[in-house]
This record gives sequence, structure tokens and C-alpha cells, in this order.
Amino acid sequence: MSIELKNVSKNFGGVAAVNNVTFSVKEGELMALLGPSGGGKTTVLRMIAGLEMPTAGDVFIRGRRVNDLSVQQRNIGFVFQNYALFKNMNVFKNIAFGLQIKKWKRADVRERIAELLNLFGLEGLDRRYPHQLSGGQRQRVAIARALASKPSVLLLDEPFGAVDARIRQELREWLVRLHHELNVTTIFVTHDQEEAMEVADRIVIFSRGVLEQVGTPREIYDQPANEFVARFIGVMNVLETEVRDGKARIGELEFPAHGQMDGQKLRIGFRPYAVQISSDLGLYQYQAVLRHTFFLGVLLRVELELPSGLTVRARMTKEEYSHQGLADGRRVSFQIRQCRVLAREEAALPAETDLSFQAPPLLGENI
Amino acid sequence: MTGIIKTSSAASVKQSRRGAEESPLAKWALIAVALAFSLVFLLLPLVNVMAQAFVKGWACYWSSLTQPDSRAAIRLTLIVAAISVPLNVLFGLAAAWAIAKFEFRGKSLLVTLIDLPFSVSPVVVGLMFIVLFGLQGFFGKWLGAHGIKIIFAVPGIVLATIFITFPFVARELIPVMQATGTEQEQAALTLGASGWQTFWHVTLPSVKWGLIYGIILCNARAMGEFGAVSVVSGHIIGRTETMPLRVEALYQGATGASTVAAFCRGELAGAPGLVYAGDQDFPRMETGERISGSRSRIVDR
Amino acid sequence: MGHKRFSALPGFGLTLGFTLFYLSVIVLIPFAGLIVRALGLSWADFWHLATTDRALAAYRLTFGASLVAAVANAVFGTLLAWVLTRYEFPGRRLLDAMVDFPFALPTAVAGLTLANLFTANGWLGRYLVPLGISGAFTPLGVVIALTFVGLPFVVRTLQPVLQNLEREVEEAAATLGAGRLRTFAAIIAPSLLPAVLTGFALAFARAIGEYGSIVFISGNLPFKTEIAPYLIVMRLEEYDYTGAIALAVVLLVSSFLLLAAINLLEQWASRFQD
Repeated sequence: MSIELKNVSKNFGGVAAVNNVTFSVKEGELMALLGPSGGGKTTVLRMIAGLEMPTAGDVFIRGRRVNDLSVQQRNIGFVFQNYALFKNMNVFKNIAFGLQIKKWKRADVRERIAELLNLFGLEGLDRRYPHQLSGGQRQRVAIARALASKPSVLLLDEPFGAVDARIRQELREWLVRLHHELNVTTIFVTHDQEEAMEVADRIVIFSRGVLEQVGTPREIYDQPANEFVARFIGVMNVLETEVRDGKARIGELEFPAHGQMDGQKLRIGFRPYAVQISSDLGLYQYQAVLRHTFFLGVLLRVELELPSGLTVRARMTKEEYSHQGLADGRRVSFQIRQCRVLAREEAALPAETDLSFQAPPLLGENI
Repeated sequence: MTGIIKTSSAASVKQSRRGAEESPLAKWALIAVALAFSLVFLLLPLVNVMAQAFVKGWACYWSSLTQPDSRAAIRLTLIVAAISVPLNVLFGLAAAWAIAKFEFRGKSLLVTLIDLPFSVSPVVVGLMFIVLFGLQGFFGKWLGAHGIKIIFAVPGIVLATIFITFPFVARELIPVMQATGTEQEQAALTLGASGWQTFWHVTLPSVKWGLIYGIILCNARAMGEFGAVSVVSGHIIGRTETMPLRVEALYQGATGASTVAAFCRGELAGAPGLVYAGDQDFPRMETGERISGSRSRIVDR
Repeated sequence: MGHKRFSALPGFGLTLGFTLFYLSVIVLIPFAGLIVRALGLSWADFWHLATTDRALAAYRLTFGASLVAAVANAVFGTLLAWVLTRYEFPGRRLLDAMVDFPFALPTAVAGLTLANLFTANGWLGRYLVPLGISGAFTPLGVVIALTFVGLPFVVRTLQPVLQNLEREVEEAAATLGAGRLRTFAAIIAPSLLPAVLTGFALAFARAIGEYGSIVFISGNLPFKTEIAPYLIVMRLEEYDYTGAIALAVVLLVSSFLLLAAINLLEQWASRFQD
């Protein structure tokens, strides 16, 4: 294990920012700490770095307990959200700063920096000052500075937060490539679930200081541990149903009740891709009116309004949408192929339930 | 800088608990040095002023207020402040509006010129007005022929005071107005407000604390100015003596009792400032950019 | 002036017009008057009037004491601003409010108070005078008074700068292994330097011109504790206007040269800011 947190908590003036968190990061892994702002993920990152001290619990780096080591002694690389480059030093001096403190020989410093400038595509910029660099260049300098003295772990706080959307995509891909090349254990903080899903090997999800789930992107998407995770990762329809006659019902919709007694409330969730739509009104179980269409590129999201007033969100390809001849205001029929029972506090949820559904007549798999 | 480096070197002796902070030892050493310095240069003078003023209690306070010469000095000081402060407030508002809300050529020159009175000795300020309006001055003959007296009279005192307190309000307002930008005003205009309504309902409330702080400083200096007023006043007892000049006169004829009385008056002259200094609820955020802080900010924009 | 960029806001002409008018009447015309009079002097006369032995002694004290006071303010003002913005301790807010006290106190009262503190039987003098440290009626008294009046300039210039310093930059230095002392020397000090210079210059300029507080604490002995502004007043009381003007020109020119020099230094020191 490269990094391990055991029952770590952090209070700020009596307010718990991080509450009893335990997880570990494998050597060479690319890990995302994901959660809404104020969830405690940055505090966790800062505790690993030694910029904050845990109120309780232990932090281990490569098997060594580091609680009593100062930030200077931990040999970590940290990249700040706004990069925190030294304004009064040029690129070369910024990157050399940590090496000089660690008393590297002059020639070694030169060689290492040349290597890093090359690796990061910063050749020829070594005499520039931070205010003469673009946002993307600044970020690369910040990462090069953090990696210069070969730290055992690289920590990044919202690394893509400060650049615009177009560069952000490039930077994500670049970070993945860099990680493959260097294979240094990397942990980054993000509030963007798409970013975490795309970049990370594994994801840790926090909300309000509590660890909600740890897992690969696929595990988290397919088997969210609870309603928070389910709602936070991707879009989900969540309905508050009540069990009657052995089925969980709301409006005209019905779901399996998992043996719950009549009168029991049950939260049911299903992903938009589990909703299948047809312009043939007789084809599927439920009827609805297509209210709004949102174009998201290849995929579309539509909102269906049921006679009872319920709204259901569904997802389909552009191709299928036009093939079916759909448009806002059209009456359609639909079915729900998969759903799951949600409960905020429950530790383990029943696995996703496949509902009995009709094979779609055209185009095979829905998205 | 040596003092700082010397004291904070304690930080390297003992590793700090949080890497980005000084060790408690270094921190308290720095605080101790700062407090010791403040004790001598801030607290003791403050307490001394208070103590001297109240050595003989309220009776002395009252008697010094009721002396006719002192009453005249107080009246003159209030008149001078009542003329110079509003004029400088008006100027400060106009200058801040033009500088903060518009871009034009020569702006940084204008800001430098507004700062000019800060770098001129009060004595030289008095001399400037003597050169203009004194008997041998540029307008001296003309003024004498028309029986107008400026030097060694109240108008000279007023002019010198306005010059000295000229930048206070403007410098306080410019950075605050720049910080608030022009979007709120533009929003008000799109909602149909007139220029005056926009100024009155949008601009003024947002710079309120900067304005109040500027007025307090301007007023304290106007009532306390000594050098410039001393040069142009002529020290005519009961006619051109302001409170600070009265303090000096009493001090020079120093007997114990009159020195105490001088302190009483001095304390009174300082009162508006002291009220502020003791007022802890004053919003510190706004005054972060104050008087001295504003200079580099204005020029940088 | 003029050529404003288009702006939807009204009142540009009115406010700029009034600003320029008021500036001219109150500041520029008196200034011009003094300069015209000074230009009327021949160079030899000027030199003779401005460099009498008594004047030279007064300059030495004025500039020397101002420099010492401004340096003291730069050091302790920086320390005070640091302590006020970075640390939490009992009485912090009170101390913060007290920093404005020298601005608010009439200078004459400031002089009287300081003289009172440092005379042989004053609160501080009774301990210091036996040690041979005499703060009243000596050049040291001049330095003390100038330090007092200049203190708020450095503190108030630095406070907003310290508040806006990114703590992350210091943390970045720490993650790279730098201790506090190294971080201060390599990272913090360079970013504070421009503001320290500004505060230093303001305190210095104010000290050169200061009059009210000095006359009460220095004793005004020619060649010993007489400052240049006091000498100007002496010349005026003798109705020696040309002598006063010559001295005033020296003070003005040196103030401006000082401010210009500091401005250049400041630009150099802040060349890395965005």
C-alpha cells in the first residue's frame, strides 16, 4: 500500500470536516477524491500532505506512520488549485527550488530540470516568469515543480478547476498519459464526477466529511452504495413509492417490492438509460407525453410527463429519436428495464433488479 | 528587516507542527516584540494624553473650556473644520467618481497631483500662501488696496487647512470605488435611474464606510493641524488662534497649571480621532485599503 | 486629460471639471507661486541662502532623523502588520485600532505627550535618563517623534498586501521542503518589498516635513536639535521671505526626488506581479 488512512477525523473549531475516514491507495494508482464542495476531500488531501494534522486517526505513507512528520519531511509533491507558483522566480528557479533545498548538486539540478522541461513540453520557457505563461503552462510548471525531487506520491487539488473547458479535456488526457509514463502514486481532488470517472483508476466519494464509497468508476456507477452516490454519479430518476398489493407504486408506475409489507415507503431509483421509449402507443406498459428534449451531442435527454403528473427522465441516441419520429408534445409509450431500491442510510442495498421488459423492436440496445 | 529575521529564526530550531506556520515559540516572540514596540509608541502616549487631561478632573476641563480666549479658539477651529471638511468631501466624491468610473489619459498624473499635499511640509504650505497673499506677495498689493486680509486672518487659516487635508477623502474613496466597479451603476441606469439617483442610491451606500473613514481622518487633521496654520495665522489671541495654537501658547508660558490645561485642550482637539480609535466595531474590511494603502493600488490600475 | 473611453455612466465632465478646478485653486496655484518666486532668485543667492552652516546642520538632522525613523518604521511597522494580520491574540483588535492613533492625534499634542513621557521625571524618562538615554530635547527625541507620526503609514500599507498574500504559495514552499525562515526570505519578503518601500517612502516624506510634533520635543537649539521646517519658521518670523523660500525649495525638491526614486524602486520590486 502506498498510502493508507485509518479512522482519520479532522475538526475545525468543533465542526467535523472529516469524520472517521479509512481507505488506502495502491502503489502507482491514480485515485480521485470526489464529492461536492465542502465534502472534506481537500482536507483529506491536505492531511496526507501534512498541511493539516488529523484530530484523530493515522496516516501511513509506504507503511510508515507519518502523523508526526512535518510537511517538509514527508517527501510528497503537492499541486495547488491555483498552482501557487513563486511569482518572483522564473520557471527554472521554481522547479529548482525544492531540489536546492534538498541540496542537489548543481549539475544534477540542471539535468533533472532539462528532463522535466522536455517531459512537460516546456522547452525554451525556463527563463519566463509565471505571469508570462498561459494557464495550461502554469499548471504544467506546477506539476513539474512538485515532481522534481521524485516524491513518493503526487497530490493534486482540483487540478483542472482553473482552466477553461476546452483545455480541461486536453489536460485530463495528458494527466492520464503522464501517470502511465511515470507510474507515481497520484491522488487528485475533484468535484466533477465526469472527470473522476474518466481519469481515475479508483474513486473515493465523500459527502459532508463522510466516506460514501470507494471503488472503480464502473463499480461506483453500476453499484452505488447509497442514494447519495447514485444521485451524484450520473443522472437518476428517484421516486418515493408506497407498497400496495405486493408492489411498490407511485402514480401509474409499479416496481417490485422485495417482500416489503403493504404501507411501507420505498425509494426507487432508475437511470435514464433504463427507460425505453416508443412512438407506438401500444408497445409498452406506460403512456406519457414527451415534454422537453435536451440535445447533448450524440445523446439526447427527454422528459416524459405521465398522466398522473409524474416526470421521468430518459436518454436515447439521436438516431433513435429521429427514427421514432419523436418531437416535443408527442404521445409515447415507455417501459423501465432496470431499477433499484434506494435508502440513504442503509449500508448494503439490494442489487439492481431487472424488470420484465419487452425486447425493443428496433436498433437493439438502448443507451 | 533584521529584527524580523532574527526573531523568526526560532522557527527553524523547532520544527513547526504545521509546516506552513511558525512554531508557537517564534509566533509569541514576534507578538512580544510587536507589543513592546506598540507599548512605547502607541499605548503609553495614548494613556499619557488621557491621564494628563484628567489630572485635575472635570473641573479643570470645564474651567479651561470657559476661558474666553479658549472659547474663541474652539469656535475658530470648529469654523475652519466646518468649511474645509465639506469642501474636501465634495472634491473627494467628484475626484473619486471621475477616476474610479472612467478611463482617460493623464489619470495617473492626476492621482499623483492629488497626493502632492502629503509630501509637502506644512510649514512650506503656509509659506506658499504667504507668497501668494502676503504683503509682499503676488496679490498682496491688490488685496491691501481693497482692504481684504487673508494672511494673519481667518481666510488664510482656512486655505492652509484645506490644502493640508485635501487628499484625505479622495484617497480613501478612490480605491473603494474602484473595487466596486461600474456594473452596479450600469444596472441602475438600465433600470431607468437618473445619474443622481444612481449616485445617491447605488454608489454612495457602497462606499459609505470609506467615506466616513475619510471624513474622520480629514476632520481630525483639520482640527489638529499646527504647522501650516501656525505660519499663516499671526497668533492673534482671541482672533486667529486655533486650538492647537492655543495649546502651544499655553505651553510656552508654561506654568504647571496651564500645561495641564493645554493638555485638556489638546485632548479635546484629538477627541474626534480618539473616538474612532476606540471604536472597535468599525468595519475593518473596508479600511484595509486606507490612506496609505491606497496609493500603490490607484497607480497600478 | 480628456479623451475618455465611452462609458454609459454620466457625470464625467462635471466631476473631472470640478476636480481639476479645485486642484488648481487649492494646490497648483500656491505651488506655482512658490516656484515662480524661487526662480526669481539668482543661483548664487539661492546657494548662499540654502547652504548656511545653520541650514546644513538643520538638513542633517531633518534627513538623518527622518531616515532613521523611516527605517525603524519599516522594520517594526512590517512586524506589527504581520502580527496583526497573521496571529490571533488577546487585544489584537484594540491594537489594530490604536495604529491610527498617530493619524488622529493633533501633532502638537503628540509632541507634548512624547516630551512628557521622555523628560527626566516622565513615565519612561525616569528609567531611561539615568541610563543616559535622553528622549526629550535631543536628536533622539526628534527620531522618536518622527517614528510616532510615521508608524501608521507602513502598517496600513502592508496590511492589505499581507491579507492578499496567497497562503498556498507558502504551503507550496513547505511541501517542497522549505522551512519557515527560508520561505520568508525566498518567497514572502520579495512579495512584501514593494509595499514596504511605499510605506517607507510615505513615512520618510511625512517625516521630512513634520513640524508640529518636533517643536515641542526637540528644544529647537540651532546646530543641535533644530529641524529644517523650524528654521523656515524662524526666517519667516524675521520676515526673511527669500531665505524661507530657498530652504523650502530644498525640502520640496528632496521630497520629490525621494518619492521619484522610491517609485522607480517600487516598480522594479513589483516587476513580477501580474
